[in-house]
Amino acid sequence: MHKDLNWAIGGEAGDGIDSTGKIFAQALSRAGRHVFTSKDFASRIRGGYTAYKVRTSVEQVESVVDRLDILIALTQRTVDENLDELHEGSVIIYDGERTTMQDLEIPDEMIGLDVPLKSLAEDAGGAIMRNVVALGVACEVASFPIEKLDESLEKRFGDKGTSIVENNKEAARLGQEYVTENYDHDFEYELETTDNDYVLLNGDEAIGMGAIAAGCRFYAGYPITPATDVMEYLTGRIERYGGSVIQAEDELSAINLALGAARAGARSMTATSGPGIDLMTETFGLVATTETPLVICDVMRSGPSTGMPTKQEQGDLNQLLYGGHGEVPRFVLAPTTVAECFHKTVEAFNLAEKYQVPVYVTSDLSLAVTEQTFAPEEFDMDEVEIERGNLVEPSDVEAWQNDQGQFQPHYPTDDGISPRTLPGTSGGAHMTTGLEHDELGRRTEDTDVRIEQVDKRTRKVETAIERENWEYREFGEEDSDTLVISWGSNEGAIREALDFLEDDGISVRFLSCSYMFPRADLTEEIENADEVIVVECNAGGQFADLLEHDTLSRVDRINKYNGVRFKADELASEIKDVLATGTEVTA
Amino acid sequence: MSSDVRFTDFKSDKQPTWCPGCGDFGTMNGMMKALAETGNDPDNTFVVAGIGCSGKIGTYMHSYALHGVHGRALPVGIGVKAANPELEVMVAGGDGDGYSIGVGHFIHAVRRNMDMTYVVMDNRIYGLTKGQFSPTSREDFETSTSPEGPKQAPVNPLALALAAGGTFIAQSFSSDAQRHAEIVKQAVEHDGFGFVNVYSPCVTFNDVDTYDYFRDSLVDLDEDEEYDASDYDQATEAILDNDAEYQGVIYQDEESTSYNEAHGLTENMADIPDGAPDDAMDLVREFY
Repeated sequence: MHKDLNWAIGGEAGDGIDSTGKIFAQALSRAGRHVFTSKDFASRIRGGYTAYKVRTSVEQVESVVDRLDILIALTQRTVDENLDELHEGSVIIYDGERTTMQDLEIPDEMIGLDVPLKSLAEDAGGAIMRNVVALGVACEVASFPIEKLDESLEKRFGDKGTSIVENNKEAARLGQEYVTENYDHDFEYELETTDNDYVLLNGDEAIGMGAIAAGCRFYAGYPITPATDVMEYLTGRIERYGGSVIQAEDELSAINLALGAARAGARSMTATSGPGIDLMTETFGLVATTETPLVICDVMRSGPSTGMPTKQEQGDLNQLLYGGHGEVPRFVLAPTTVAECFHKTVEAFNLAEKYQVPVYVTSDLSLAVTEQTFAPEEFDMDEVEIERGNLVEPSDVEAWQNDQGQFQPHYPTDDGISPRTLPGTSGGAHMTTGLEHDELGRRTEDTDVRIEQVDKRTRKVETAIERENWEYREFGEEDSDTLVISWGSNEGAIREALDFLEDDGISVRFLSCSYMFPRADLTEEIENADEVIVVECNAGGQFADLLEHDTLSRVDRINKYNGVRFKADELASEIKDVLATGTEVTA
Repeated sequence: MSSDVRFTDFKSDKQPTWCPGCGDFGTMNGMMKALAETGNDPDNTFVVAGIGCSGKIGTYMHSYALHGVHGRALPVGIGVKAANPELEVMVAGGDGDGYSIGVGHFIHAVRRNMDMTYVVMDNRIYGLTKGQFSPTSREDFETSTSPEGPKQAPVNPLALALAAGGTFIAQSFSSDAQRHAEIVKQAVEHDGFGFVNVYSPCVTFNDVDTYDYFRDSLVDLDEDEEYDASDYDQATEAILDNDAEYQGVIYQDEESTSYNEAHGLTENMADIPDGAPDDAMDLVREFY
């Protein structure tokens, strides 16, 4: 018997699948059990097939598996879609009175529980509660205390009044009783409870909560799957802390709104998915070259173009690292778990202000739709530190003015980080522009100033590489010759895969990377391993390309970026200089 | 805010590179006067500019300023104002920036009604790219990309603003320095989105919509005793009148509620604690 139980409810969009699944997940969490949820869904409001799946165990659950133990099937298609995951002994709960389910055939080795969900719901007060009847059935099948389901129903329906809550509790009991009275079966599942208190949240919510914790007070966005939950989370909450959410007319506007708030000094954020990133890329270069601290979340989904909006992919890495014309510094962080969505968001706000750069936080659909349990201490608010970087005190403004009393927002300091004043600060007035600019933020095409400013922006990155910790997370067997490297949301599945491999006597060392840029230098690890496997949810192997790039022997480089093209005689001379230094070019 | 601010305090030490005689000189002077006369100073003022000849204004003025990407100046200004309502926010752009590439933002900025000012330097031509037709160019206006005229109706920006629920819609002429400054000042004082379309002639590429043309054709609504800018029907008639050019505040709804007021935006969002908010663990407990 497995330590974990895999449960699902499936039907058509509009059947209340999500809401029912969440109620059950919450009940399990309240009972001190760990939960990891996933969704099968499509971009439609009605019809089709959608399912909410819950994996639960008393131990932390980090991934999904291809095994389904209890299925509440509201449609025939729900059974068909899950045949591969159902197994001998799986329980299928369905309503045989439903005309479309009358001919349902339960595969021989499985247990079909035909329960009149709708009729029982009507007995309890309304057909709308048929899913709750099914939850009562599931409690009986899994030997799960129905009182914990009550708690979850209270949380879900509490604001609708006592009678609604009581009706739902009654509906669940009618389902439970129907099974005990009509089926004489000893089910093999027994969900034990613990005294632990867990919180249950998804990656988008963790990003939103991280933002508020980090002092984010302004959010602008345009609804898009699977990033919308970030905006919905912040709406109604950020206001309590003096902040605001603006739903923009499009993503072009969203990033510019966020940029404006950031220029005014607010910790500011926008979140979107691939198609929105495409639009935001227009303004991204402006954010970066004006050295404006901004956090941009990309909750990735399958591309290109509209792609598969409700499906998983880690396909935007190259876009985030390189998107936009010209060259500008940006940081890219990729949280590896739902909890890391919180921590990396907090970190992103600090990095953005300390280095005055835009920071991408990239999660993905699988993190966004996963509700996962954690001990509340995982989100210890006392550990949140706010670092605002070189924000000049009003009394120190003068020190950063030139001899004409003009503030210098792009002053080329040694570490590349310039002083920053916020509007309203006396003596700090300055402009900045998407044109190449001088230290005063005014346009220039002067070749020397151009180089000075490009180098200054590059220097900030060098400073950050030196000052910050860009480490990876390490799991598995430290001494193993087999190295698995991955980034972002795959961490949980790989960690559990290591257990499977260990059962087969295979040891693996696993590096889970959340810093895409800047990132750890893995050259030594890669060279020391016999076998290196890079795991990522895309076709091209974008992170694998990066690692191969990082570990290549270096070529010598001649670069020019002062705005003037290469000249033949100059090039010949530079090549001679390179040759004179005697470096070997190996590749 | 100091009371002794003069409009020249808003001038930077950079000399404009606009063509001699460009309407934008007058437009900018009026903006600076309006800011000074409404008690603002460079340190509490944020100017956002788009792309085009008009976009250079941030360089020639002295204040906090951002010169952004083409067509997106308005959302930047709205973001600034939302984050710190104490700031005076003025957004400047041209007819290409505001009514072509940025027209979507224009409509939504109007209906959002954030308490800020939007000044559009409308010269009915693309100047910086050296003379192509703009969204406000006449149907028969010959340019390098419209040898026989654009053959499409020009945008009526005032009508767009009215349709989008504008609460302050005005038009001025850069050459009528006093009236222009007065009108922009009224826009600044308006508790909501103050929109001023400024006829700001291009002396290099537009030989139709010239100083003489506007001087001869402009009718100042201020001189019409019968005209009441709070009267929506009168405003509609004036705005849809294609046979006349009007100067003045054409429509103003003084009863409207600004976005900042409607959304209770009063705090400077830059002020945050050194760590997570005191009661931040409540956010975690919500997930029990």
